[in-house]
Amino acid sequence: MHDALAALAEQIRAAALERTALRIRAGGSKDFYGNSPRGSVLDPRGVCGIVSYEPTELALAVRCGTPLAEVEATLEREGQMLAFEPPHYGPAATIGGCIASGLAGPRRASSGYSYGGVRDFVLGAKLLDGRAQLLSFGGMVMKNVAGYDVARLLVGSLGVLGVITEVSLKVVPKFKLETTLQFTLAEAAALRQLNAWGALPLPISASAWHMDRLRLRLSGSGPAVAAAAAKLGGEAAELATGAQFWQALREQTHPFFSGELPLWRLSVPSSAAPLELGSEQLIEWGGALRWLRSTRTATEIRARAHALGGHATLYRGGDRTRDIFTPLAPGIAAIHERLCAQFDPQAIFDSGRMYRRAGDANHSG
Amino acid sequence: MSESINLERQRQVVAALRTTLPENCVLYRDEDTRPYECDGLTLYRQVPMAVALPECESQVAQILKLCHALQVPVVPRGAGTGLSGSALPHAAGVLLSMVKFNRILDIDRHARTATVQPGVRNLAISEAAALHRLYYAPDPSSQIACTIGGNVAENSGGVHCLKYGLTVHNVLRVRALTLDGEVVEFGSRALDSPGLDLLAVIVGSEGMLAVTTEVTVKLVPMPQLARCIMASFAEVTDACHAVAALIAAGIIPAGLEMLDQAASRLVEPYAHAGYDLDAAAVLLCESDGTPEEVGDEIEHMSAVLRQSHATRVQVSNDEAERLRFWAGRKNAFPAAGRAAPAYYCMDGTIPRRHLAQMLLSIQDMERKYRLQCPNVFHAGDGNLHPLILFDDGDADSVARAEQFGAEILEKTVQLGGTISGEHGIGVEKLDQMCSQFDRATLDAFGAVKRAFDPSGLLNPGKVVPTLHRCGEHRTRRANAAAASFPDLPRF
Repeated sequence: MHDALAALAEQIRAAALERTALRIRAGGSKDFYGNSPRGSVLDPRGVCGIVSYEPTELALAVRCGTPLAEVEATLEREGQMLAFEPPHYGPAATIGGCIASGLAGPRRASSGYSYGGVRDFVLGAKLLDGRAQLLSFGGMVMKNVAGYDVARLLVGSLGVLGVITEVSLKVVPKFKLETTLQFTLAEAAALRQLNAWGALPLPISASAWHMDRLRLRLSGSGPAVAAAAAKLGGEAAELATGAQFWQALREQTHPFFSGELPLWRLSVPSSAAPLELGSEQLIEWGGALRWLRSTRTATEIRARAHALGGHATLYRGGDRTRDIFTPLAPGIAAIHERLCAQFDPQAIFDSGRMYRRAGDANHSG
Repeated sequence: MSESINLERQRQVVAALRTTLPENCVLYRDEDTRPYECDGLTLYRQVPMAVALPECESQVAQILKLCHALQVPVVPRGAGTGLSGSALPHAAGVLLSMVKFNRILDIDRHARTATVQPGVRNLAISEAAALHRLYYAPDPSSQIACTIGGNVAENSGGVHCLKYGLTVHNVLRVRALTLDGEVVEFGSRALDSPGLDLLAVIVGSEGMLAVTTEVTVKLVPMPQLARCIMASFAEVTDACHAVAALIAAGIIPAGLEMLDQAASRLVEPYAHAGYDLDAAAVLLCESDGTPEEVGDEIEHMSAVLRQSHATRVQVSNDEAERLRFWAGRKNAFPAAGRAAPAYYCMDGTIPRRHLAQMLLSIQDMERKYRLQCPNVFHAGDGNLHPLILFDDGDADSVARAEQFGAEILEKTVQLGGTISGEHGIGVEKLDQMCSQFDRATLDAFGAVKRAFDPSGLLNPGKVVPTLHRCGEHRTRRANAAAASFPDLPRF
């Protein structure tokens, strides 16, 4: 174990002895996300650097503290990218935080080979668990069914199972051309249209509806994009304006995301009906992601999300002391509880950021 | 080596099963249970104590509850096409056959999803969705027979997963029962769910964590056009370099498969695919999408293949020809079945850059074990399927085939790969799990198992080797190494 890793292991062992909770925090770019955590900070940024990158293997292994910007710049030089277009939310973002938060950007619901969330591109991961053991899951190859797929389980785990110290990812070639089309459509019509387009073989790589403006991004080879644009109609945006729009959406610097109103994230089936919760909305992922600015109660918003077949997260703002995420069904909660107990028997990583563990009142942290 | 059944225990369990199932849904006589003694991996056989054939979810829940109460192991099974013995029965257990769960519950054209029972065949989903010009992307070679429940258990792949992903990328939701008979839902029709991504662990868990009763899959639009290139190479290494060159050129083919000369010669008389039998290797390279996309990509791929010293580049002119190109690849296993009394299909995945080295090592092993081993494989993702041909009526031939297979698996680990790309661990690769993973990681797999199934009764003895087994495996390997090089000092 190299020095930085050994230091993390030592901090975990010390926390176990003192029975205090740790909260894992690198650059802090996603501090806003989840329930307000407790515990002393464990900063894994000493464990950093790209371990291996073979462009012809479409695979990259990288240590957790590596800046996300460095990872993307490395891929860019070889004409490749992270397919899931992760938001950075600031220059301090690390790849470890990207994996632990599991947040994907506009390309999440694209067609073709770039389809998928963060977990869909994870090939392997290393984890320092609550016993400070270094575990290694998956590997560097695309197809790997040896053992349970714990590497993917770590995506979005918010550190509850331990510190993700390294991850290997499948990367994809960048598209030769990206262009943006704009349409004027009301919400219900836009949702209908997005789902109808989704059933056709079109190179749509992102969509966004806001204030009766629907934007589509097309990605692919020159002839493919040109043919799809001709078929879809609408008006073409300037190349630079289009790229800026998707970047603002990815990083939530678009004006919709400014201001103090609580920001809710509703993840629903793409074909779900309009929310009808009466406030400003921005829709992504072909209808499957609905951002809502609303002061309505969590109960009201979650009831609507549930009725539509999805769930709601209080993404930014509001009361962040508890219940940021939709409570789990009892059977799922029991499995959660047991998984945490297996990987972290002394509840070192029970920072409360995702869900509080049962019986955590005994904790001194 | 089949264990015998405890008849008194069998009477007790059968009587209990009959309290929830009709008489014809409980099998226990040897002639009735014998067909279930193995899955697609016929090297391992064990007759189950009883077979249960439930017809609805509440019956499954009842069976699980009573097995929990009686402490009886339960082994779930779909079509039994699995290739690693994941569905190998337990001598003291109930084999839970899910074949009667064969209904397609819903095809939602607008949302592009299909919700089906686990016993629905993979291909049946695409056939039902074809009306809407949609299909289910993962297409394992056994797709006419294998079930979606089995695909979920094994995280099945297929020839198009380089572009469209494996089962894990195409399943949105699994409804299941835990061993204590409780209903749980993993995932949903939305693209994510709150909490830990348990669905990612359920897929590929080889029926050890929960019993699937319903699956919602993603459907994707049928491409307007697909065309396939068949390229010949005089050297296997050229073909392997061509694979890397295609990826380096920024192309993700819809399928990228290789057959070595032995494999082409094996399948050609059977499938009449038109393969170049003088070529050392044949690459099948597919493009799909809009006509504009495909036209552009085929041109680009053909140029890369020629630069990579392809001796012949032939592009399919119509759908019939494209299907003919694929017919050979897809029928490789039945062709092997015709060419030898038995074959043993391996499944390691290695980094693509080591493909040529691996194929040369396999040629050496062919001589060492005096067995033939044609290779067909998913070149695009480095997933090899060496087919070791042997005589299952000859104990010596069987032993050599098993050693040959084990050596291939050890080699995949050495090359930085994995012992299974898509067929699973089951009972077949328990020993090699000891080579690929350290003890702490194997124990973590055990921890995952306990979190989902604290009783340990669901499909026990698969995937995760015991400490004892790994100890024996290490001793055997050390002894074999010592026997190979008797003069080398050992420290």
